[in-house]
Amino acid sequence: MTALTVGKPHSSILAGRGGFAGALSDAFWRHPKLLLLLMLAPPLLWLGIIYVGSLLALLMQSFFAIDDFSGVVSYEPTLATYGQLLTGTNLDIILRTVLMAALVTLTSAIIAFPIAYYAARYAKGRWKAFFYLGVMLPLWSSYLVKIYAWKLILAKEGIVTWIFAKLNLSFVLDAILSLPVVGGNSLSVSYLGTFLVFVYVWLPYMILPTQAALERVPRNLIEASADLGATPRQTFRTVLLPLALPGIVAGSIFTFSLTLGDYIIPQIIGSSRLFIGQAVYAQQGTAGNVPLAAAFSVVPIVIMGIYLTVAKRLGAFDAL
Amino acid sequence: MRSDQNLRSPILLKIAAAGGLLFLHLPILLIFVYAFTTEEKSYQWPPPGLTTRWLAVAWNRPDVWSALTLSVQVACIATAIALVLGTLCAAAVSQTKFFGREAISLLVILPIALPGIITGIALRSAFSLFDIPFSVWTIVLGHATFCVVVVYNNAVARFRRTSGSLIEASMDLGADGFQTFRHVILPNIGTALLAGGMLAFALSFDEVIVTTFTGGQQATLPIWMLEELIRPRQRPVTNVVAMVVVLVTFLPILAAYYLTRDGDQIAGSGK
Repeated sequence: MTALTVGKPHSSILAGRGGFAGALSDAFWRHPKLLLLLMLAPPLLWLGIIYVGSLLALLMQSFFAIDDFSGVVSYEPTLATYGQLLTGTNLDIILRTVLMAALVTLTSAIIAFPIAYYAARYAKGRWKAFFYLGVMLPLWSSYLVKIYAWKLILAKEGIVTWIFAKLNLSFVLDAILSLPVVGGNSLSVSYLGTFLVFVYVWLPYMILPTQAALERVPRNLIEASADLGATPRQTFRTVLLPLALPGIVAGSIFTFSLTLGDYIIPQIIGSSRLFIGQAVYAQQGTAGNVPLAAAFSVVPIVIMGIYLTVAKRLGAFDAL
Repeated sequence: MRSDQNLRSPILLKIAAAGGLLFLHLPILLIFVYAFTTEEKSYQWPPPGLTTRWLAVAWNRPDVWSALTLSVQVACIATAIALVLGTLCAAAVSQTKFFGREAISLLVILPIALPGIITGIALRSAFSLFDIPFSVWTIVLGHATFCVVVVYNNAVARFRRTSGSLIEASMDLGADGFQTFRHVILPNIGTALLAGGMLAFALSFDEVIVTTFTGGQQATLPIWMLEELIRPRQRPVTNVVAMVVVLVTFLPILAAYYLTRDGDQIAGSGK
């Protein structure tokens, strides 16, 4: 007996399995760490090497600068490229993008709330499914098709102009378009158009987390608030909104981040003034200034880093 | 809770909610009208006439077909890779506890949390650093990276609901690890994987931002569409393609919904 145990220290009550698969299965059972390692290795290698690797390679480039005369990247660490980022036009681009992202986030939160609240509180059974799919289908339908639809809508000869004309309100549209900054030749080449499309495309990302947060608000809290004499408005401000806030903040992470990095929407619908995404694209493509493009792409990462830290404090991650 | 049945929603809330939903859906419906317009040169509304002849024109365009074939190819390969990597990662994270678990969830989510342009430009500069020529595989590489998260999310949610004692019972009854996987784990997570796979397919099929950086000369369907958007050559064909894309993406979404709706979406159950 002793000899047997010494000879096969691992043998337990059952005999080991025969064959390669059996032996392998036994090995996994005896060494859970081995199994864990084998399970984690492929995804970690993939994400670690391909994704994080190239991300770091990109970020490193931002510490190089382009030589003004030869136009060649000189590989000496410098902060000059970051200095360029904070001058005139480039700073304008950053501020413009952040302002747009903030406005889009705010507007989506306002439009999303009634939908989320109705779906969370009043919709039952089939209506619930209807609301869920009503948000999911636009969320998942093609990004470019959605932008294309808005190109059709906002075109000068399109449906918006037609509606205003039918209502004899063309002068209102003209007045809006003649506004100094947000206006333009037609809606499809104005900031207003860019803004509308951003709100449209990212709105579902705001609805879903808001609805999830509202569904966790116990109904009796609202009843209690009413019983204690609060008006609906007070209940909303002091009970509902604070409890829904983590969900709204979670949604705002998406709307803010997605607006910050997008370069296709402002390129197709908007004025010729650039956003961060377009600047990155132009710098690495036609301008061939990869260090500046890399520095530009650090901006959304830093902004989102700050944003996420604040959001974490507000409990947004529990609402995702 | 009798008051529940009599719960009436304020009329203003109803209008706001209905208005919001209309805002989300009307633009997509408009595409369907434009696909049949007789107008070729502009985006004129209302359409001067309706015709079905653009369907035939679009059907006979070789460039549309080659873009479509490439998109389907890329989406299939990327989905397959994402299914393997996402499931492995989800199994490891949900079934065991180890140091750095949180970091792994973050790593998986990062490719979609950061703006797509950053993922795209990072991959592109890595490709040029190592002199990797653009091909179908460079597109797949990018797509698989951000598709992992969709599969991972679906699988993790299902693993959490699958009781660990099922696996222990299977092992106690003498099944080896592979048998347990084949007969116990797979049937339990199967529909979640199918749903995750469909969403990953839809995500890859629709992806444009990363693809513009990793695609080189090859045009997937979204790249084809983007070129038409920037420099419209034949608007009616674009209209028809847009309509078909809407119809094609709706099917996997509906299927994924019906596969995961039991349990995952119980109202008010929270987390």
